[in-house]
Amino acid sequence: MNLTLKIWRQKNASDKGKLVDYLINDVSPDMSFLEMLDVLNDKLITDGDEPVAFDHDCREGICGMCSLYINGEAHGPDRGVTTCQLHMRKFTDGDTIYIEPFRAKAFPVIKDLVVDRSAFDRIQHAGGFISVNTSGNTQDANSIPISKHAADEAMDAATCIGCGACVASCKNSSAMLFVGAKVSQYALLPQGQVEAADRVLNMVKQMDEEGFGNCTNTGACEIECPKGISLENIARMNTEYLKASLKG
Amino acid sequence: MGGFFKSSIGRKFAMALSAFFLMFFLLQHFAINFTSVFSGETFNEVSHFMGTNPLIQFVLQPILIFGVIYHFVMGIILELQNRNARQISYAKNNGGANSTWMSRNMIWTGLAILAFMGLHFYDFWFPEINTKFIEGDWSGLHDGEFRYYHELQEKFLSPVRVGLYVLAFVFLALHLLHGFNSAFQSVGANNKYTRGLKLFGKLYAILIPLGFVVIALYHHFNHNH
Ligand code: HEM
Ligand code: SF4
Ligand code: FES
Repeated sequence: MNLTLKIWRQKNASDKGKLVDYLINDVSPDMSFLEMLDVLNDKLITDGDEPVAFDHDCREGICGMCSLYINGEAHGPDRGVTTCQLHMRKFTDGDTIYIEPFRAKAFPVIKDLVVDRSAFDRIQHAGGFISVNTSGNTQDANSIPISKHAADEAMDAATCIGCGACVASCKNSSAMLFVGAKVSQYALLPQGQVEAADRVLNMVKQMDEEGFGNCTNTGACEIECPKGISLENIARMNTEYLKASLKG
Repeated sequence: MGGFFKSSIGRKFAMALSAFFLMFFLLQHFAINFTSVFSGETFNEVSHFMGTNPLIQFVLQPILIFGVIYHFVMGIILELQNRNARQISYAKNNGGANSTWMSRNMIWTGLAILAFMGLHFYDFWFPEINTKFIEGDWSGLHDGEFRYYHELQEKFLSPVRVGLYVLAFVFLALHLLHGFNSAFQSVGANNKYTRGLKLFGKLYAILIPLGFVVIALYHHFNHNH
């Protein structure tokens, strides 16, 4: 199929940037979206032009590196997939496709479609962990009884890959789905209890400092999240935060 | 606890608390107005009680005023902050693919309600304050009879005013269709036990504004006969 791509090009962080049109022919419906961009880049390089910079790593939906706002949706029109798992068969011959970087003040553009998501790393460093003794006497996790329900919910929260689609989709650029998932995955488990109050207070504080917006419960994040992280995690974070604030 | 209300989650929480208060107020306001449909006398008595009871006038009314002001001032502040969190907007954004129109336009439906409240205060609240606090008349009487029901009927004579009221309640319904459940989510109530609440929220959001519309139309058409 033949497509018109409108791609955001921006030389560096301080460049103003603009959408540039590219025509691409003979795209196979079996290609992934990123393979389609690889083909475009091959052509640009052959022609002596600057290739389009975009993020990617595993290309199998597990690392959270790929991004892109495709035709007005994070990770494109498909549900429950990352951009690397999106296939060209979701588009039709003759389509015009807008390809933009994830937009948020807290995710500044580095180049073209590549944005800096290290704000998420800083939130994780603020409390998204448990402290364990690794001296060799570490208790086997399986010796701690955990209900099936709690284990399932914690596992669901832990599938968040930190891609930032939630922020990109949110009209408020709120990071609460990501932070909600990271708080929940520990709040649901006995191992997470000791540091629970500090964790949620510190992570939310960092989140606010990074300049993300405020959740107004539109639910866009949940729909666009490639891992189906549920809004219940934000509700859980809110109660955890209230509990922690009342304590301290 | 100090930093709580400065944090994003704390503000969400406070926003939801003010909204709960407003939704509760709306319910009792509706209940009182509804009496006017079947008994002018009952409406008069309840209105007089509400208008002269010291607990309501000097404790609950100031709380209500604070709640309303807090809600829309905070609503506007949060909206501005949220806009600021994305400085370059998308060239193409398909908001309808992942969220409802109501959830994306809370500020506009909210501002429409605010505009309506201006009219509503001009109609009922300012005259009431004038009679009671400036003229010092707490009797609730006009020509020896309770004045409330009569004043109500007078107001709803004008088709323009009735039209504006109906329109305002459409905006209120839109605001609440998102707002009701949003408020529960904000205070952390979203789990398998709260599913039934979603339906209740939709019913509240539609039926209460609809009820107000029915009352306004009833008085408009009933008085002409
Ligand atoms: C009696 C009138 C009103 C009622 C019953 C009401 C109700 C609600 C409810 C239930 C929420 C959700 C709270 C939450 O998510 O935490 C909300 C949010 C909001 N309201 Fe109101 N509201 C009223 C008037 C207003 C007015 C006058 C404004 C003026 C600007 C306004 C603006 C907002 C905004 C901006 C939000 C936040 C957006 C969101 O949470 O999605 N509201 N309101
Ligand atoms: S919550 Fe979903 S959309 Fe947000 S970072 Fe995690 S995986 Fe990505
Ligand atoms: S490249 Fe790893 S998730 Fe897409």
